[in-house]
Amino acid sequence: MTSYALFLGCTIPARQPHYELAARKALTKLGIELVDIEGATCCAPPPLQSIDLETSLAIAAYNICLAEEADLNILTLCTGCFESLTIANHLLKEKPELREKINRILSNAGKEFRGTKEVRHYLQVLMNDIGVDRLKQSIVKPLNNLKVAAFSGCHLLRPSELLRFDDPERPRIFDTLIEALGAKSIPYKNKLRCCGGLLRGYADDVALAIARDKIVNAYNARADCISTLCPFCFLTLDLGQMLIKTTYKEEYNMPIIHYAELLSLSLGVEPKELALDFHKIKIDKVLEKIG
Amino acid sequence: MAGEKPLDFAREITNRLGGETITRCYQCGTCASTCPVARTTERYNPRQIIRLALLGQRDEVLKGDSIWLCASCYNCQERCPQKVEIADVIYALRNIAIREGNIPAIYTEFAAGLMSEGRLAPISKFLEKKRADYGLPPLKPTGMEAVKKILAATGFDKVMFKKEGASQ
Ligand code: SF4
Ligand code: SF4
Repeated sequence: MTSYALFLGCTIPARQPHYELAARKALTKLGIELVDIEGATCCAPPPLQSIDLETSLAIAAYNICLAEEADLNILTLCTGCFESLTIANHLLKEKPELREKINRILSNAGKEFRGTKEVRHYLQVLMNDIGVDRLKQSIVKPLNNLKVAAFSGCHLLRPSELLRFDDPERPRIFDTLIEALGAKSIPYKNKLRCCGGLLRGYADDVALAIARDKIVNAYNARADCISTLCPFCFLTLDLGQMLIKTTYKEEYNMPIIHYAELLSLSLGVEPKELALDFHKIKIDKVLEKIG
Repeated sequence: MAGEKPLDFAREITNRLGGETITRCYQCGTCASTCPVARTTERYNPRQIIRLALLGQRDEVLKGDSIWLCASCYNCQERCPQKVEIADVIYALRNIAIREGNIPAIYTEFAAGLMSEGRLAPISKFLEKKRADYGLPPLKPTGMEAVKKILAATGFDKVMFKKEGASQ
């Protein structure tokens, strides 16, 4: 059994238990052990990097130290956490001067970044530890050619120089994993473009206009749903459709479903075992289609 | 700032974490043409921000609304032919702006969350109960003591105090 330190971040446990629940069920079914680590904090994502990059690196490094102490690699669900932790891990492993500087800060908290562990997004764990073939063999309820608009979110792919996840212009991993479940990953306009989520709270009108583009493009491509990996993307597109209804007087009813939920369903988890009431846009149409 | 030479501001930026690559920009405009925000609103243009910064227009860059409109999507950074790390440059500019007391309200909230709970999104009683209902394990406490020491060591807490002082 492969074990990982599960890094949940802030948004998933505080706002999206449906994501955590689906991910825990699916990964455990597939033989991955998830260890909850004591003392983890916010990963120091873009909002904190905007306030102070050095502090953000130190906080990210602090969280990596916890995994080093537990002798476990880190598994993230949120792409924001994946980005913050991966960037810190690579920068500090590769830039000795920066590492020294951050370690001087961490010494105040009795920590030292050693650079002995890896940060993994759960898609990498599915791809590399489980493998597409074994994943396909574990599917008990194929998703019946469900037309899925894959939306990985920016921070799974970019900045590619540091994240090293997939080809940033022609990524394949997420689509491959969607198709492994028996669904179809359909092409749609501006698939790799941002959802605008990080502008929520500062420029809500701009954020909503960008999110609307995403929904419209998936809708025009006749997607049955948009599948997300990032809790911010989920919120921006799911709750966002409520705001689009009041602001633009438009209704798309486009279900937004975390990939972990699709994965759980295809592994035979019953819908009632998942926290589907956390979806603002109901996903009944999708459940009907997959039977 | 009156009498400031353009190069002073450029040097200030390149000396900061994230800002190192700004002087490589040759104003081709690739960033603006791939930017989802610039395509949506005229309030934002990354090429323009870099131009103003390199011309030494310190106040215009730091006090304006523009630097807060980057969505940190890194699209431009992937495509910049000069390998300017644009999204990181914007972080560096925001870092400087905040040190001078120019901090949008939403960022004060984020900072407060980190300083008081170690999280940007607090866990409500409702959510704690929901988690238990679904059989999710109780959340482990965050490492607040460590966070406080880190924030004191980087001066992060002082940056925020300064803001509080400035707004009174
Ligand atoms: S793409 Fe790069 S070189 Fe071109 S204007 Fe933008 S930052 Fe400057
Ligand atoms: S990182 Fe910022 S400037 Fe660059 S494309 Fe995205 S939103 Fe535009």
